[in-house]
Amino acid sequence: MEINLLEQIVIPIIKILFIAHLLIIGVMAMIWSERRVSGWMQDRLGPNRVGPQGLLQPIADGIKFLFKEDLIPNHVDKPLYVLAPAMLLVPAMITIAVVPFGSSITIPGLENPILLQIADINIGILFILAITSLGVYGVVIGAWASNNKYSLLGGLRSSAQMISYELTLGLAIIGVLMLSSSLSLRTIAVEQGAYPWKWNFLIHFPAFLAFTTAMFAETNRLPFDLAEAEQELVAGYHTEYSSMKFAIFFMAEYMNMIVGSAVVVTLFLGGWHFFGLENVGGEGSILAGLISFAIFFIKTGIFLFVFIWVRWTLPRFRYDQLMNFGWKFLLPVTLTSIVVTGTLWVVVKENKQLWIGIGNVVAAFIVVAIVAGMLAMDNNSKSAVQSTPAAAPLRGLDAVE
Amino acid sequence: MTADQILFFIFGGISLIGAIAVISFRHPIYSALSLIVTFFSQAGLFVLLGAHFVAAVQVIVYAGAIMVLFLFVIMLLNLGTLSAKGVMTGKLKGIAIVLGILFAAQGIYIAANVFKDTEVGSPEAIERAAALADNPIETYDIGVLLFRDYLLPFEVTSLILLAALIGVIVLVKRENRVEN
Repeated sequence: MEINLLEQIVIPIIKILFIAHLLIIGVMAMIWSERRVSGWMQDRLGPNRVGPQGLLQPIADGIKFLFKEDLIPNHVDKPLYVLAPAMLLVPAMITIAVVPFGSSITIPGLENPILLQIADINIGILFILAITSLGVYGVVIGAWASNNKYSLLGGLRSSAQMISYELTLGLAIIGVLMLSSSLSLRTIAVEQGAYPWKWNFLIHFPAFLAFTTAMFAETNRLPFDLAEAEQELVAGYHTEYSSMKFAIFFMAEYMNMIVGSAVVVTLFLGGWHFFGLENVGGEGSILAGLISFAIFFIKTGIFLFVFIWVRWTLPRFRYDQLMNFGWKFLLPVTLTSIVVTGTLWVVVKENKQLWIGIGNVVAAFIVVAIVAGMLAMDNNSKSAVQSTPAAAPLRGLDAVE
Repeated sequence: MTADQILFFIFGGISLIGAIAVISFRHPIYSALSLIVTFFSQAGLFVLLGAHFVAAVQVIVYAGAIMVLFLFVIMLLNLGTLSAKGVMTGKLKGIAIVLGILFAAQGIYIAANVFKDTEVGSPEAIERAAALADNPIETYDIGVLLFRDYLLPFEVTSLILLAALIGVIVLVKRENRVEN
């Protein structure tokens, strides 16, 4: 096996360094924009003292975190307590490796065009699901090692939530995979083409909504942030963490959001495509590569804004509502979406995408109506049998199991 | 040594160390985490053999899902550190010794019969592994095997899983009724 030093080692390392730093800068930008946008939404200013428009605030925060005393409480399980933040951060960082952030650049003299992606592996989406499923350990271990009842409760809530919504996350993409018949994220993005009406979010609209919702739950963001519900659990699984360790938990959360947005953009919103703008200057030219990267960047940024928007708009779910929503609404909707997509794909001969899009939405409405009707009937019969006030908390327990 | 071989020894070594750590740690949480390390490095070994899909499924199912449930159970039961004596006392010790000897005998028998023709690390073996790695098993091939060639066994397996699922629901429901 001959190793081409430039193409197989130098260029990948440059790509990795670039993306890793972009991710960290992205986290800082997110922290800044979250605080500014929330200020804007609540009709106040937000941080605007450090640097122009307060842009350097995240750096000041970072310096503060670094210079704080690194406190390790006496009652914790020390090795795991130290390990937990890293167990959350590392999966968050490496999932970006398979996300294509632009088309490709052809440079004369090199054998292959440079893909704007760290690794184009043929099981890309499975890789992402696999690595995100490891993220739950950081939460569970951090919660357990803290040896604090609030931490443990927060950790258990969070992991139960992550496991429940992981199913929706996995099932929601199956329709997309069926139509593009590939697991590679690059192929999925290319298949969608340049025009928004051919993108997956229209063809698989219910799955798109389910995937996005599940992603909010996976990243522990409002309205699904029960793991750190301040009023109930102090700060949830990172109650006992301070200084840089706490900052790492925080960074991991924001990185998950960024990677999640990038994945949604790739799977449902056409990746780096936008009305053929990504081919300005000829396919494979440096200009086209940069433009495609910019398009991807802007799309991801818009989606990240939605994250912030939702956080400062919606109130938190109750725990039984969360579980009911995940298991009784999202899961049936995604399962039906798979059946409908598969059936229409075989039955319909012309305009497949249009019919699948319509069929998915209709089926989703029917499923939601049926489930809502069943839940209403269930509630009626329950309240008829047990009119004691004790019935309400018990129903919550049912949902947990 | 090629890069593949170096990686093989790294992943193989880590998975062995993890496996030994599983039975060496006195605290069940540490054991469970070591088992995750073993599963993960085994996924690395699958990648080296070109079985990318199997590697991803290994991580999703074993490292991602099953071990989380293990951790849950350990945490909820609040299992403490094992005492210095351990759990191997009296009759258990005798059974353990007998089973251990049987297991070792099996291992030796397999090693002697399967590996006697192909020396580990021999040129042919390396060639075969390299051929596998160069032609990764596509997800498509696995789909064809599962849903066309072996459809009946696949469906039977899923029925067995369904039966287990229904069984769990029935068991849980019964307990609830008693509580109410």
